[in-house]
Amino acid sequence: MSTAVAQKKGFGAFIWDYLTTVDHKKIAHLYLVAGGLFFLVGGLEALLIRIQLIKPDNDFVSAGFYNELLTMHGTTMIFLAAMPLIFAIMNAVVPLQIGARDVAFPFLNSLGFWLFLFGGLILNCGWFLGGAPDAGWTAYAPLSTVSPGHGVDFYVLGLQISGAGTLIGGINFLVTIINMRAPGMTYMRMPLFTWTALVTSTLILFAFPALTVGLFLLMFDRLFGSGFFNASMGGNSVIWEHLFWIFGHPEVYILILPAFGVFSDVLSTFSKKRLFGYTAMVFATTLIGFLGFMVWAHHMFATGLGPAANSIFAIATMAIAVPTGIKIFNWLFTLWGGTITINSAMLWALGFIPSFTIGGTTGVMLAAAAADYQYHDTYFVVAHFHYVIVGGVVFGLFAAMHYWWPKMFGKVLNETLGQITFWTFFTGFHLTFFIQHFLGLMGMPRRYWTFLPGQHLETGNLVSSIGAFLMAIGAIVFVINVIYTSVKAPKVSGDPWDGRTLEWSIPSPPPHYNFKQTPLVRGLDPLWIEKMEGRKGITPAEPLDDIHMPNPSILPFIMSLGLFIAGFGFIYQVDNLSYLWLVILGMGITLGCMLTRSVKDDLGHHIHKEDLEKEGAEQ
Amino acid sequence: MAENTNIHENYKRKKNKEEMKQQVITFALMIVFTLIAFGMVMADLSKLFVIPVLLVLAAVQVGFQLYYFMHMSHKGHEMPALMIYSGAFVAFMTVLTLSVLIWW
Repeated sequence: MSTAVAQKKGFGAFIWDYLTTVDHKKIAHLYLVAGGLFFLVGGLEALLIRIQLIKPDNDFVSAGFYNELLTMHGTTMIFLAAMPLIFAIMNAVVPLQIGARDVAFPFLNSLGFWLFLFGGLILNCGWFLGGAPDAGWTAYAPLSTVSPGHGVDFYVLGLQISGAGTLIGGINFLVTIINMRAPGMTYMRMPLFTWTALVTSTLILFAFPALTVGLFLLMFDRLFGSGFFNASMGGNSVIWEHLFWIFGHPEVYILILPAFGVFSDVLSTFSKKRLFGYTAMVFATTLIGFLGFMVWAHHMFATGLGPAANSIFAIATMAIAVPTGIKIFNWLFTLWGGTITINSAMLWALGFIPSFTIGGTTGVMLAAAAADYQYHDTYFVVAHFHYVIVGGVVFGLFAAMHYWWPKMFGKVLNETLGQITFWTFFTGFHLTFFIQHFLGLMGMPRRYWTFLPGQHLETGNLVSSIGAFLMAIGAIVFVINVIYTSVKAPKVSGDPWDGRTLEWSIPSPPPHYNFKQTPLVRGLDPLWIEKMEGRKGITPAEPLDDIHMPNPSILPFIMSLGLFIAGFGFIYQVDNLSYLWLVILGMGITLGCMLTRSVKDDLGHHIHKEDLEKEGAEQ
Repeated sequence: MAENTNIHENYKRKKNKEEMKQQVITFALMIVFTLIAFGMVMADLSKLFVIPVLLVLAAVQVGFQLYYFMHMSHKGHEMPALMIYSGAFVAFMTVLTLSVLIWW
């Protein structure tokens, strides 16, 4: 039935299909494309930064434009590239790994994506409307409250809207993983990627409200004349720092934990071994999530919190090295004695372990509050967080894409191109950032648009810029790989890697109901258990029956569009009160959609047993 | 079989009765707590005494509400309980730190 529809569809119908979809697999495609585009934009900004710093006293870009570049590079990479790409993988994989037919709230899933996309668009509109945000991705007050023009307003409204989308997505995955696991899938039988998705969603639930509150205060300070961060009106700018980092520190764990999950699955699949120390891995994941909330002030050691607070946060921060160390050793022990296959996905995982360990080590160095006064706001910090975010999150995303690409699109990414991507990107990454540790120790401050000659900073910066170009080449080869694969590569079976978990027990790409019959899970690595007992597929937990699926809806798109319009109204009503009409129009659209959704019953549809039987016969 | 159903019915009835009793007791207690709270404020006692007691009474009432009226004591509510406690913990930490570190 679905193939017949697909053949008849024109381009318009294809677009409409994606605009209205509530299918987690298609939403994964949307997140992947949007996040991928923003990743390229953020990468372009990084290249411009590195060209500016290629030689001393360069004037490739102006100082003001440089501020916009570094702000937008950070904001784009964290909020518009890494987050949505994580959500892409979570959407594509988590429901399949727990044996579910969809997420708990398919409508909200779609709403979360469109809110993120429109938020990201608002943020980037600044480029064309008189200047992008320029107060750093942390937007510290009072710099952000007094920054002239509308740049920071785009930051506030854009992040507020896309943050709402992320919060919705997080709650959705929380409920999905808790409530929709297949029979037999106990918590301690969940694949580690699902575990990390669960902990990440919990962190999103608890951390994003702090950002929401902070952004609202900033919005009121900038647009409505309040003084939360204005000392002359009795406010306190340090509140912003706290609110931002109460969100911001868990945010980096929100990003890295799913990457940990990816590596756990990849290493165990390609070592042909059960993950070593599964229980310890789960424990370490939750412990990292827990500790992640008690360390935010280590970003503020130089703010002047006093030695007592600094010491507490320093020790809490160092404590995180313990569960992370548990993980590193468990990955190594998973490899030990395994039958190892080295392919692109595995290369990223193997490259990750030493790279991330370097990032972790400098993390502990930075956690020493007394020493941090020396490192603070230098390139040492820049090197550190790129080692954990690129060496951890980006490597994780590449590993995940190579590993799950056949599941998402039914084709394996080209291996040669994959290895070229890995080696250029990996070399480029270490060239770019390793030397920055030393630039930082030599005293080069971060966020400066230029540096002087004769201070021994020339060579380091040149090497760093060359590395950045290598990374760009790696990313471009990956894009070529995606195009090449989609045109040339042959279709593969549902289980090209001889996988261990539930997602490999169904065809690639999966039918839109995922599992014809809900699977029965009989242990950790359920598919592997069945294979070891000589069965071909998973034992079903129910007889073949009608499947209930949600209906597609355009409302999430329109709802987000409404907030997009209202966002511009909020920004421009400062100049001219008549822009309030945009606010009314936009909020009207959004609230109208919510009303429609509330009063109109949408009970979904059924796929009938007879159709399922027919499809089974065709296969 | 019939006997089995009977036992089951009996057990359920007994349990429902038990729960009803608990709900009535907590409801009464909550009313008493509210009266105490209003009484304390109207009696113009020292603020240093009234505010902590009010907070304790409020916390106990929230507990009653969650456990006896919103069934958090029942099986299958472990995850919501965990989430509520974690959220409360994070919020508490945040408020504590902000009040200790900023408003000196």
